[in-house]
Amino acid sequence: MRMGTIEISVGAFVLAGIIAVLFLIVQVSGINFSEADTSYTVTARFDDVAGLRPRAKVSMAGVNLGRVRAISVDTTYGEAIVEMEIDGEPGNLSADTSAKILTEGILGARYIGLSPGSEEDTLKDGSEITETQGAIVLENLIGQFLTSLGKD
Amino acid sequence: MENLLRRIGGRTLGRFQTLGRATIMWIQAMGWIPKTGEWSLLIRQVYSIGVLSIVIIGLSAFAIGAVLALQFYTQLSRFGAEDAVGAGLALVLLRELGPVVTGLLFAGRAGSAITAEIGLMKTTEQLSIMEMMGVDPLRRIVAPRLWGGIISMPLLTAIFNMVAIYGGVVVGVQWLGADAGGFWSGMQSAVEPLEDIGKGMVKAAIFALVVTWVAVFQGYDCEPTAEGMGLATTRTVVTSSVLILAIDFFLTLLMYGDF
Repeated sequence: MRMGTIEISVGAFVLAGIIAVLFLIVQVSGINFSEADTSYTVTARFDDVAGLRPRAKVSMAGVNLGRVRAISVDTTYGEAIVEMEIDGEPGNLSADTSAKILTEGILGARYIGLSPGSEEDTLKDGSEITETQGAIVLENLIGQFLTSLGKD
Repeated sequence: MENLLRRIGGRTLGRFQTLGRATIMWIQAMGWIPKTGEWSLLIRQVYSIGVLSIVIIGLSAFAIGAVLALQFYTQLSRFGAEDAVGAGLALVLLRELGPVVTGLLFAGRAGSAITAEIGLMKTTEQLSIMEMMGVDPLRRIVAPRLWGGIISMPLLTAIFNMVAIYGGVVVGVQWLGADAGGFWSGMQSAVEPLEDIGKGMVKAAIFALVVTWVAVFQGYDCEPTAEGMGLATTRTVVTSSVLILAIDFFLTLLMYGDF
């Protein structure tokens, strides 16, 4: 084959490879290039996060509002501290917003659901959500069920 | 007794000598930087190693993606977890099957060809003639093939992953009817760009190094007979396949193991 044709097909091959890498990064990993635009951080303490991971969704009424950035543990109180990144400028969530850890479907991933509060003050960068409800852990549920059975 | 010891010692020393020769050859060839006239050598190798492998890579990728989606779907739909099909498919492909299957196909398709080509050059004494003419066969023959393989293999792996995921979409979403939204969002929340795609590409690059090294060295070191060439070609495919599988286990342990 002539050198010209070879060069063209090698060029097409390299291009196809680069397109494949871009496809994997954009479509398969779903990276969001616009996410760093404006966002602020709020924290929340939960008694149990059971399987919540960094990058999990934070949503309200099923619509994505942000994501979990980091999870750490406070060993004195035995509570998990979750750092969340909320998209947009501070001021879109009232100060008494409550946070719950929920599960997508039966076997799905854990995420944080926010429910709006009624106060006029809003959450600022770095403020804490005080009203929280941790994850429902199946073992605890069964334990409670068994003890309530025993009382009857 | 003495004979046995002598034989064991001789074998061991022989193995280490081979390994040493292979390493010296590899180091000398990897230091090659193409001069202005030599780029065409590299491009020609990327063509015969990479471009000509696309068909087999694409076909196997589509088949593997389709079969994986079929298996995942039938098992997961029993638990009503069809949305996990996309996540499972993408993770299995990006982390393991993509680099490993591409590596095995690459060894069979391109590695054997490299060995046979260089082996024939050695058998017909083309390599010695080059040396006599003052052309260094390491620079002219070996180095472009090494680099051609190292450039082609990660690109082939990326193409493999893309086609396989497409095959999974065709079977899982379009044929079996998994929900497209759940398929993609499940995949996107499970896959991390560096953790999964990046590490898979690192695996592909390491496999490329191993396969091309084995292939080139087997050709360069083969016995200059018809039988020796056949033996060397077989050895390339067997050695590099076993090496890929073994190295993959340890890479996975290093990259994803918990310690």
